[in-house]
Amino acid sequence: MSNGEFEPVIVGFLCNWCAYAGADLAGVSRLQYPSNLRTIRTLCSATVRPDQVLKAFQKGADGVFVGG
Amino acid sequence: MSDLKKPEIRIGVFICDCGSNIAGYLDMKELVEHAKTLPNVVFVQENLYTCSEGGINEIKTAIPKANLNRVVVASCTPRTHEPLFQSACEEAGLNPYLFEMANIRDQCSWVHQREREKGTERAKGQIAMAVAKAARLRELSRIQLGISHRAVVIGGGVSGMAAAMALGNMGYETDLVEKQDRLGGLLNDHNIVLPANESPAVILNDLKSRLESNPKINIHTKSVVTKTEGYIGNYTVTLNENGAEKSVPAGVIVVAIGARVLKPEGLYGYDGDKVITHSELEALLKQGVPPAKHVVMIQCVGSRCEERTYCSRICCMTAVKNSIILKEADPETQVTILYRDMQMYGVENEDMFRKSKELGVRYATYDPKQPPVVGNGQVRVFHLRMGKEISLPSDLVVLSTPLIAQEDAPDISTMLKVPLNANGFFLEGHVKLKPLDFATDGIFLCGSARFPSNIREAVSQGLGAASRAAIVLSKEALFTSGIVADINPETCCGCLGCVDVCPYGAISYVTDRGVCEVNKVLCKGCGGCAATCPSGSARLDGFSNDQIYAQIEQALAG
Repeated sequence: MSNGEFEPVIVGFLCNWCAYAGADLAGVSRLQYPSNLRTIRTLCSATVRPDQVLKAFQKGADGVFVGG
Repeated sequence: MSDLKKPEIRIGVFICDCGSNIAGYLDMKELVEHAKTLPNVVFVQENLYTCSEGGINEIKTAIPKANLNRVVVASCTPRTHEPLFQSACEEAGLNPYLFEMANIRDQCSWVHQREREKGTERAKGQIAMAVAKAARLRELSRIQLGISHRAVVIGGGVSGMAAAMALGNMGYETDLVEKQDRLGGLLNDHNIVLPANESPAVILNDLKSRLESNPKINIHTKSVVTKTEGYIGNYTVTLNENGAEKSVPAGVIVVAIGARVLKPEGLYGYDGDKVITHSELEALLKQGVPPAKHVVMIQCVGSRCEERTYCSRICCMTAVKNSIILKEADPETQVTILYRDMQMYGVENEDMFRKSKELGVRYATYDPKQPPVVGNGQVRVFHLRMGKEISLPSDLVVLSTPLIAQEDAPDISTMLKVPLNANGFFLEGHVKLKPLDFATDGIFLCGSARFPSNIREAVSQGLGAASRAAIVLSKEALFTSGIVADINPETCCGCLGCVDVCPYGAISYVTDRGVCEVNKVLCKGCGGCAATCPSGSARLDGFSNDQIYAQIEQALAG
């Protein structure tokens, strides 16, 4: 991330029961995707507070993904 | 531990190679060195397989040796391995909720196999996030619950009877609640049950005598459930039996209320005399074969239409069965079945279909846009293959109507807080993984309450639901998860926002104190309340705001 090219950082909130399981399945299936994602496991996408999304942007996230 | 001084947080990080699954794609040395620099980390170890006996022992040894009070494992997914590592912590005397995982295999090494450097960067981030969260974890406890080793089965049709019989045979006291004055439900009205060609009385009498002779089974006819309270292992079910109220305890509840046959009022000149349903035909057949010489059967009456989009599954085989009975009674009887698609799943049904054709039953497809017209002793229909309208003489028209949801299904759904689907049938927890369970623990379903079923399916599902229920009843005690919501009564203003969003009915409003309170047994830990609460009074232990904030900060610290 130091070669001057723009590398976005994306914070993903993933529901344990679906999106997080889907992200695991992507691994089991060896699907390849860019490594710019940082995942946070939640027990339901409904538990993601709006201020958590804002917090991520405030701290410099280029994108926020809520999967549920 | 002193209240004045918080104990030092000492985190141990175990980084798994997973053979070459992780070590083959990420720079493990760099991960270990990076982990050592993270705040509060006092111990870092790389394992070949952390989940192996050796790896587990290394965790159990390190906890007392390095005086760890938090453990982080960076390996696969918590969805499969968290319980194993948590029990390792517990065995070493550490509260299992002081454990956190970083997913560096399924969500890192496996998906970044061609980007060693960047993948390693992500793994470092995920480990730092887990460590930051671990530092903020609190000890949580599981709640132990007693169990009432009894069951209530609602509905005394063939499915409910099978469920009650199985539970009774396993030795669990079972209350079977039937609203009519006799057991058997829809099966009472049938003429012959295929493929064994048996009278339904044979099946019913067998089930009834087994139920009645089992002292563990209490049969309540003319009874309805009026109220249920409690939760898995500890329900109280109130019955109205023949006008008298009584309460019974139950650890589990099985919903087996079945379905009813649609009366096709206003369709195809239905009059219950010359135009009847298959269940009415079966009632006639019990007395003897009706004298009709020209019989027309019409399929999909009131189903697969805008109002009811579903296929009721069992009407095709019923029509074919009855057509064979008519043909065998008198080969001169003309039987024509007007259909859209024939649903004859299974070898036996296909055999029956072929047999009906051999006996001379005629089949013709119709287009729902040009449905048959019944009147004046004939049925006129546009024959799709011939491309013209034909007229069939008929002295009896038999309509195949679907099974529809019971009238009291919405009441039971509300009472038990279990969902119905768009057609009013009960909705299982998962169509494949939990077909006989509701999402609510301790409540199960079987038979046509779930979807139209034939006798064999209803019995199988009844036995299956009983087995699922027995998993609960066979336990000495139940433990709830420690990951549950908590509402701070000091700051809660009683706005009821959380009560509205809770899908499990786990939050109630305490009127005298003006605050909302979580029933930790009913809570499933989804955290919907925590996200909704405007005052931040509701928090989800194990996924609290400060823990998530810490993860966000670490995710973006790189």
